[in-house]
Amino acid sequence: MYKILKKKMLGSQIVLMDIEAPRVAKASLPGQFVIVIMDEKGERIPLTVCDYDIKKGTVTIVFQTVGDTTRRMAGFREGDSFFAFTGPLGHPSDFVKEPLEEVKKKKFIFIGGGVGVAPVYPQVKWLKEHEVDVDVIMGARNKDLIILEDEMKKAAKDVYVCTDDGSYGFHGLVTDCLTDLVKNKGKSYDHAVIIGPMIMMKFAAKLTKELGIPTVVSLNTIMVDGTGMCGACRVNVGGAVKFACVDGPEFDGHAVDYDGAMRRMAMYKTEEGRKALRTTEGTTHKPEKGCGVQGAQIG
Amino acid sequence: MKRTPIGEQAPEKRITNFDEVCLGYTKEQMIEEANRCLQCKTRPCVDGCPVAIKIPEFIQYLRDNDFEAACKKIAEDSALPAVCGRVCPQETQCEERCVLAKKGDAVAIGKLERYVGDWTREHKFNLNDPVTPNGHKVAVIGSGPAGLTCAGDLAKLGYEITVFEALHKTGGVLVYGIPEFRLPNSVVEYEIDNLKKLGVKFETNVIVGRTVTIDQLMDEEGYEAVFVGSGAGLPMFMNIPGEDLNGVYSANEFLTRNNLMQAYDDNFDTPIRPGKSAAIVGGGNVAMDAARSAKRLGAKSYIVYRRSEKELPARAEEVHHAMEEGIEFHLLTNPVEILGDEKGWVRAIRCIRMELGEPDESGRRRPVPVKGSEYEIPVETVVIAIGTSPNPLISQTTPGLELNKWKAIVIDEETGKTTREGVYAGGDAVSGSATVILAMGAARKSAKAIDEYIKSKKK
Repeated sequence: MYKILKKKMLGSQIVLMDIEAPRVAKASLPGQFVIVIMDEKGERIPLTVCDYDIKKGTVTIVFQTVGDTTRRMAGFREGDSFFAFTGPLGHPSDFVKEPLEEVKKKKFIFIGGGVGVAPVYPQVKWLKEHEVDVDVIMGARNKDLIILEDEMKKAAKDVYVCTDDGSYGFHGLVTDCLTDLVKNKGKSYDHAVIIGPMIMMKFAAKLTKELGIPTVVSLNTIMVDGTGMCGACRVNVGGAVKFACVDGPEFDGHAVDYDGAMRRMAMYKTEEGRKALRTTEGTTHKPEKGCGVQGAQIG
Repeated sequence: MKRTPIGEQAPEKRITNFDEVCLGYTKEQMIEEANRCLQCKTRPCVDGCPVAIKIPEFIQYLRDNDFEAACKKIAEDSALPAVCGRVCPQETQCEERCVLAKKGDAVAIGKLERYVGDWTREHKFNLNDPVTPNGHKVAVIGSGPAGLTCAGDLAKLGYEITVFEALHKTGGVLVYGIPEFRLPNSVVEYEIDNLKKLGVKFETNVIVGRTVTIDQLMDEEGYEAVFVGSGAGLPMFMNIPGEDLNGVYSANEFLTRNNLMQAYDDNFDTPIRPGKSAAIVGGGNVAMDAARSAKRLGAKSYIVYRRSEKELPARAEEVHHAMEEGIEFHLLTNPVEILGDEKGWVRAIRCIRMELGEPDESGRRRPVPVKGSEYEIPVETVVIAIGTSPNPLISQTTPGLELNKWKAIVIDEETGKTTREGVYAGGDAVSGSATVILAMGAARKSAKAIDEYIKSKKK
């Protein structure tokens, strides 16, 4: 069992947790992810490593309540435990292995969308620790969904916050913000890292291609085992089939087939939806226990 | 010269559940079958068993009603009789060589072995003698049949064993691959509990190659030798158009969702989507398991296999069971494309008929496409079950571990010794996907070699 040592709400739907997992903490590097199972009957879900502390033996995860499992996980408290917590999985970000003098020559722009800001953070922090200054754009639908702003400001040189509805920071999408930086503010970048919802990565990568910035994206596909034994996470990159869990999760952002990836994400929508309904409404939506039946009994 | 019939769930009933199909012999049936053994001096059956179980001896003990002695006799050579009695392809191993097979049915050696395994479990018979720890640590990677066998053998010699398993449950293919209706998980759990009683430690959720490397295990954690039994878990796809459509699964994914994650049970969170009809591509045991699972999940289920019935690599018993259950066989048929609807979901599989030509290098007649014979089978799900290859995670992160052209670990056949000192390997990680019993046989050799290696180092 893997104990929750700290829990913090970063917004009304976004949860941060420090999990006791010494082996995972010791081996983790930026860009990698873990697989979590909440309880004996739970499903295996992938979550990106957001931070790690070798001394404390903890790994930090951040998740948004988007479905049945994450909603119930958000109900866990400090002291509760996850049934399984395994990793780190996938390859670390490329810059971890590149010669540092090469990395220092590059001007990085990190773009995090929504909860995708969480996996951006360990990368920015790692670069800071290795004396590389980077810029960060973090975007969300509204102010409530902006996370880790203070942490990011400590780790990055310049941080640009934007919201779709203008409730905080720059009013517009992350793509509007990047366009503004490059076209109006005279900024130039030679490497972009984009992490967020698939649709946001698709359009942000389209923009960086136009701007001529080499780009890496981190793919959040459906996964089961996360060790390369099933291929549930397969994606088409540059015409070849890749397994996101072992070949990725980071890929050339200009070579990914985003439409295909989004189509696969939709695969379990109905089952997930049904399950979510079961959690919020119990069995009331089933015909045998529906309002008609009970109403008749009460009447 | 017929073998004693065995109880089975009726086909129309069993396709509605995941309970075991074969009910096993009753005591009376078992005795009747044991009495068919001629106790011949030549004992060809023993040569047919990859771990050379002393078959006539254990059968004699069964006749004598001495079940404890029968258990012990099998335990001398095999750690998993309840498993192997159920899943070994006996018709090409021990039973193929049985003298009785020349004139009729071979003795049902597998079913008798299973009886012994089940008896041990039901009577909680303790096979373990107390062991004195010898103070040496060995790490075993993977808790499938190879890892469990190696761990058991070494623990009995007094070694302190830790088994590292990447998944959250132990048992490897026995729990994620082979379905409940062929091998109940409770059988596997019992065998693993036995190892725990022997003092073997299990660390689940540890992916060697990612969470920790072999170098770290040896240099930092004090393991003097490592046995790699990581299997061949990497699925192969066909590389035909449409394989990335929604509704296309590898057999590993389909079976993992259903067996390990128990997606068939509504109380578990993992979803599975079999659709109204499913085509399973392949003819091995994995294909049969997937087809029969899809059927139980409510789908019309087809096997699509490019050779004829005679070449089906699956166990005869499973093919027979699948046919009884109404699985439709499209033999001498090969998929050429998977077709999708406008939303990207599978709507059909396009196949071409095949005929058998000249024998290929494997000695089997090569299937050749028949021109102009293409046709479509409308399905909502396609499961690709054409084989697996060894997972590269361990070899990628272990310097000095040599691989052959099939990405399998190179070993010395007699000892399981790899090109890295102190590192041994066996099972599917070495052979590519094979059988449970072969993995056990290989692991047994490695355990012996590891013991000799550590003892020789001490001097």
